[in-house]
Amino acid sequence: MVEKHKLKVVLLTGRTIEQGVGKELGKITSEYAESVSVCYMDPEDMKKLDIKDGANVQVSTAFGSVVVKAKKSLRAPHPGVIYIPYGPWANVVVDPETHGIGMPTFKGVPATVEPAPDKPVLGLSELLKQQFGKG
Amino acid sequence: MELLIRNGFVFDPINGVNGEKMDIAVKDGKIVDKVNESRAKTIDATGMVVMPGGVDIHSHIAGGKVNAGRLLRPEDHFKDVERKTAVTRSGVGYSIPSTFTTGYRYARMGWTTVMDPAMPPLEAKHTHEELSDTPIIDKASYPLLGDWWFVLEYLRDGKIEECARHVAWMIKATKGYAIKVVNPGGLEAWGYGRNVESLDDPVPCFGITPREIIRGLCKVNKLLHLPHTIHLHTNNLGKPGNYLTALETMRCVEDLAENGKPVIHITHCQFCAFKGDDWRTFQSGAEEIANYVNAHSHVTLDMGQVIFTDTTTMTADGPFQYTLYTLTGNKWTNHDVETETSAGIVPFHYKRKSYVHATQWSIGLELALLIKDPWKIMMTTDHPNGGPFTAYPRIIAWLMSRKAREATLRKINPKARSRSLLPSISRELDFYEIAIVTRAGQAKALGLKNKGHLGVGADADIAIYNFNPETMDPAKNYRAVRRAFKRAAYTIKGGQVVVKDGEVLKHMDGATMWLDVQLCEPCEIELNENLKRRFKEYWTVEFENYPVSEDYLAVSHPIPVKADV
Amino acid sequence: MPVVKAVSCPVCGSLCDDIELTIENGEVVKVKNGCAMCEAKFLSHRSEHRIRKPLIRKDGEFVETTLEEAIRRTAEILAEANYPVLYGWSNTSCEAISVGIELAEEVGGVIDNTAVVCHGPSLLSVQDMGIPSCTLGQIRHRADLIIYWGCDPWSAHPRHIERYTAFAEGRFEKSAWRGYMAKIRSLIGLKKIRSAAKRLVLKEPSEIEARLKPTFVPSIAREGRKLIVVDVRRTKTAEMADFFIQVEPGKDYELLQALRALVRDQELEVDHVAGVPVEYLEEVVDAMVSCDFGALFFGLGLTMGGAKLRNIDAALSLIRDLNMRTKFVIMPMRGHFNVTGANMVFTWQTGYPYAVDFSLGYPRYNPGETSVVDVLLRGESDAALVVASDPVSSFPRKAAEHLARNPLIYVGPHMDVTAQVADVVIPSAFVGIEAPGTAYRMDHVPIPLKKVVDPPEGVLPDEEILRRILSEVRKIKREKTKAEAA
Repeated sequence: MVEKHKLKVVLLTGRTIEQGVGKELGKITSEYAESVSVCYMDPEDMKKLDIKDGANVQVSTAFGSVVVKAKKSLRAPHPGVIYIPYGPWANVVVDPETHGIGMPTFKGVPATVEPAPDKPVLGLSELLKQQFGKG
Repeated sequence: MELLIRNGFVFDPINGVNGEKMDIAVKDGKIVDKVNESRAKTIDATGMVVMPGGVDIHSHIAGGKVNAGRLLRPEDHFKDVERKTAVTRSGVGYSIPSTFTTGYRYARMGWTTVMDPAMPPLEAKHTHEELSDTPIIDKASYPLLGDWWFVLEYLRDGKIEECARHVAWMIKATKGYAIKVVNPGGLEAWGYGRNVESLDDPVPCFGITPREIIRGLCKVNKLLHLPHTIHLHTNNLGKPGNYLTALETMRCVEDLAENGKPVIHITHCQFCAFKGDDWRTFQSGAEEIANYVNAHSHVTLDMGQVIFTDTTTMTADGPFQYTLYTLTGNKWTNHDVETETSAGIVPFHYKRKSYVHATQWSIGLELALLIKDPWKIMMTTDHPNGGPFTAYPRIIAWLMSRKAREATLRKINPKARSRSLLPSISRELDFYEIAIVTRAGQAKALGLKNKGHLGVGADADIAIYNFNPETMDPAKNYRAVRRAFKRAAYTIKGGQVVVKDGEVLKHMDGATMWLDVQLCEPCEIELNENLKRRFKEYWTVEFENYPVSEDYLAVSHPIPVKADV
Repeated sequence: MPVVKAVSCPVCGSLCDDIELTIENGEVVKVKNGCAMCEAKFLSHRSEHRIRKPLIRKDGEFVETTLEEAIRRTAEILAEANYPVLYGWSNTSCEAISVGIELAEEVGGVIDNTAVVCHGPSLLSVQDMGIPSCTLGQIRHRADLIIYWGCDPWSAHPRHIERYTAFAEGRFEKSAWRGYMAKIRSLIGLKKIRSAAKRLVLKEPSEIEARLKPTFVPSIAREGRKLIVVDVRRTKTAEMADFFIQVEPGKDYELLQALRALVRDQELEVDHVAGVPVEYLEEVVDAMVSCDFGALFFGLGLTMGGAKLRNIDAALSLIRDLNMRTKFVIMPMRGHFNVTGANMVFTWQTGYPYAVDFSLGYPRYNPGETSVVDVLLRGESDAALVVASDPVSSFPRKAAEHLARNPLIYVGPHMDVTAQVADVVIPSAFVGIEAPGTAYRMDHVPIPLKKVVDPPEGVLPDEEILRRILSEVRKIKREKTKAEAA
C-alpha cells in the first residue's frame, strides 16, 4: 500500500531492553533519547519506502506526527507493523482515548510512515519545548 | 491517666463476677484496685453493662487473601463508605472493610482484640503491614503451617523435635501467635489441583496423612508450650457428611490431652457440621458434634455463624474455594503460596430462602446452644466467611432470645425451618454467658493472660453497653440488645476512651502480639544452617529477606514462651 | 571492599533479591547476579543526571532553592488546589505510598498509580472475574507448561525465565535449559516439536497412573517444561519457545476465544484465526490440556491495544476453562518494581487498587472517570504532584499537555522528562539503594528493600519528603481556618 512513498501501517509501542537500560541511566542521557526516538520496521517495508537503516521518517496518526529514525527490525517478519519504544516521541502519535476505562491505546494505532530526509529528529528538550512550551 | 467506671453491672466471668454493681478503676492502661477519685476521670455506667473488651479468636482482617478479596469486590465497597473526620481516616466496608475502617468498626462494638487466623508465612510482612494499619485494636496472626514442606517432611520422618524447632523459628520469623492448620495435606495436593478426602488419604508426593499432620502438630504445640492449641480448619470443610470428619478429627487427638486441657481448636465448626450425602439430603450435624464436645474436654470450637447477607468467602483451603466457585459460577481468585499453603476467594450470598443456607444458619446457633459449657464454644462468623463481624450484635440477640430466633425462623426456607433444631431449644444465654462466648472464653482459649477480664493487672480494655439488665429482659427486648452492642456507650482501650456512643474519638495504634518462642538449647545456628541449605531449593526469596523484622509492627508486643526442646 | 548480599533489585516486577553489590567509598562499584537494567540502575545512582538541589521555576527558568522553600511551595499549591492529582508511586516504597494516600485524602484529590497505563485493564478484569494465580515459586516447582502472551521477558523482565519459569530448577520440575540448548544445537524443526507434542497428547490417564506410585508423581520423569510464546513479533523470548504463535496485531481476543473453544472440544469451522492455522492451535491446546500445571503470563500486548480489558476477560476465562481439565494459573507481568505494592497499599487503605478520588471525603473509584489520564484529558485537575514516576514520558501527548499546564511538582531522583516541565522539583533518594522500604513482587510477595549507600547530602527519601509536605499542608489549613475565624 505505497502511495507516493507513504506506507499505511499499524503502530505498536513497547519496551525494549535498550529503553529499559536507558531509563535507568537517566533520561537526560543521549542513550535514552537515542533508544526511544526510533521506529523499528520490517526490512521489506523499508524497501518499499526506499529507505536505509537510520534514515529519518515521519510517523503520523490521527493524533499527531513525529520524526524518528527508522531501524531495521531484528524481530521481522512483521510487514505493515512498526514499533516505537515507549517514550515522549511515541506519545506524540498514540491514541489518548481511554474508552471509559482509564487506559489509552498504546498499541495498534493506524499510522502512516514516510521518508523525511529533510526533517530532523528533535532532541528531548526541543521536543518538550515544541509539545508543551516548557522544559 | 486515671479512670473510674462507676456503678455499672459488671460481667467478668474469668473472675466470677456476674452482674454485680461495682466500680472499675484504671491507671496507666491497666486495671487497678483503686484510683484517686478526685483526680480520676469518671464514667458513670449506672444502668449499663460493663464487660472486658471483646476478643475475636478468628477473623480474617488482614493480609494477602483479605486484600485480594478487597480488590476483587469494588461492588462490596460502593454501598458502604466511611467519610474522613477530624480524627479518623476514610475507608470503605462492607464484608471486607479497608484497614482503618476495620479497626474503627470493631472498636465501635466494644471489641479490642482480634486474631487474624491465616497468615501465609512467605507473605507475613503483608499481614503485618495491614495489621499495623488497623487502628485501636490489639491483634495477632496465626501462620499457616499444616502444609509447609518442612512440617510434612519432619513429621513423615518422625522427627517431632526438629519439627518443633523449625516451627518455633517460623513463629518468630513471621511474628505469629499460633499454629494454624487448614485442610491438612489438602493444600499441598491442591498444588496439582487435587485434594485429600479423609484423615488417612496420603498427601501426594509426601507419604504422610492428614491424621499424622494433626497429631504431629499437636505434639509440637505441646513441646513448644504455645498459649493457644493448634487452630484447625478440618479436612472436607463445606462438604455434606463432613461432621464425621470433624468427629474423627477430634477423636484422633483424644489421647494427647492431659489434665482435661484442650489440645485442639476446631474453627468455624458450622462449616464442618454437615450431615447428608449430597446437597439434597443435606442436614445439620450439630447435635452429634455437640454431644461429643459435651462429653470431652480436649477441644474448643468457634461457631462460624452464617448471616443472611452478601459476603465474601476466603480461606486458605484452595480446593474448597474451587468447589464453591464451581457450585456458584461466581468470581474466583486462587492464590497458591510456594512450599507453604494456598488460598481462594469467592463472593457468596447467603439467602434466607435457600434450604442449604438457612440450614447453615441454624447449625451455627444449634452448636452454640447445644454445647452446654460456654467456655468451649466461641462466637464468630469466621469473618467474612459466614458474614461480616459487624453482624455480631445480631448473633448475640439470637443467642440471648428465643423470640429473636423465632422471628428469623419465620422468614427462612420452610423445609429448613421444619428440620431445624432451634424450635426445640429453649436455652437463652445471659450476659454472663455472652461475656464468656465473646471475650472471656476466647481470651482463655488463646492463653491471653491480660485480656478478656477485668481483674487487677489486666489490660484496661473495657466495653460499656447501654442496656439495663435490671429493668429489661434481653430475651424480650432483643432489639435493644442489638442496638446496645452495635454502638458501645464507651469503648476503653489501654485505659483510653476511644469510643463514646458508637463514635470513634481517637485514632491510635493497637499492638501486635507475637510469640517469642525460646528454645532450651542454643541450637539456633545449627537450625539456621539447615534452613539456609534448604531455603534456596524451596523458596524464591533469599533467606535473610524472609523474616519479618519488628519494624513492620506499629507497636510490637512480644510474649515470651519457654519451649521444651 | 564490603560486599552486600541478598539485595533486592528496584527495577522490574520480578524483584530479584539475590543481588550482590560491592561498595567502595559510599558508592556501588560492582553488581553481581543482576541483569543489564539492574546494573544500569545500581551503577547510575551517583550519575551526573541526579538532581541534587530543589528547583523552582521562576520566569520560565529553574532556579535552585532550599528544601524548606520547595516543600512550602508544594504544600501551598496542593492546599490551594480544588482538584489536585497525585500520581506515580510505582517506583517507591509502600511506606512512602501510604503517606501519599494520607496526603491525597487530606487535600481531597485524585490519587492514581502507574497501573492506570499498564495493567489497569487487568485489574478491572480481575474485578469482573477473579484470577486463579499463585506465587512464582509454585511455578518454579511445578509448572510443566509456561506461556508468555504479549510480553517479552527477555527484554522487560530479563531474569524471569531463569529464576521462576522454564529455566528454573524446581522440586518437581527441572530446568528446560539443557533441552533448549540441545534444540538450538541440532536446529530441530517443527516436525520434531510436533512429535514431542504428540508424545504429550498420547499420554493416557492409565500411563499417568502407572507413574503414580504410591499415589501421584508429577511429570519429573517425563519431558521437560514446554514454553509457548504468543506475540505480534518474533521476540527474543519467542526464539526460545517450543511453540510460537504470531498473532496479528489487535487479534488477541479472537485467538483467545478460539483457544477456549478448542479447550471445550468445539470444532472451529475456519482454517485460520488471527493469522494462525487452526491445526497449529489444536496442537497448542493439546499441550495445554495435557500438562500437569500450566502457567500463563501476560503483558501489555494484551492490555494496551485491541480489546484491552476484554482481552484479559478472555484470558481469564481461558484459564477458568483450563482449570476444569488440569491445574492452570495466570499472572500479569508487572513492570515497575513496586506497582504491585502501590495497588496493594491503595487497596488495603481505600478498597481500590488505583484511580481513587477523595474529593467527597471518602474513597471513590470509577476508572474512566477518576483515572488520571481521563482527569487530564478533561482538563479538570488544577495542580499535580508526581512522585516516583515519569508521566510526561508515558502519557499520550494530550494528557501530558494538561499535566504540564498545571502547577506541577515533581519528586524523584532523576531529572526525568516530567521534571523538565515541572514547576517545583524536589530531589529524592533512590528507594532500594539509598533508602529502605518494602516492595511487592508481581506475585504479591512482599520483599524488603535495602539501603546500601547514603543519599547525596541533603537529599531525603520520598517517605520523609511526603511527611513534611503533609504536615506543611495541615499547617496551612490550620492557619487558614484561624484566619477565617478571625
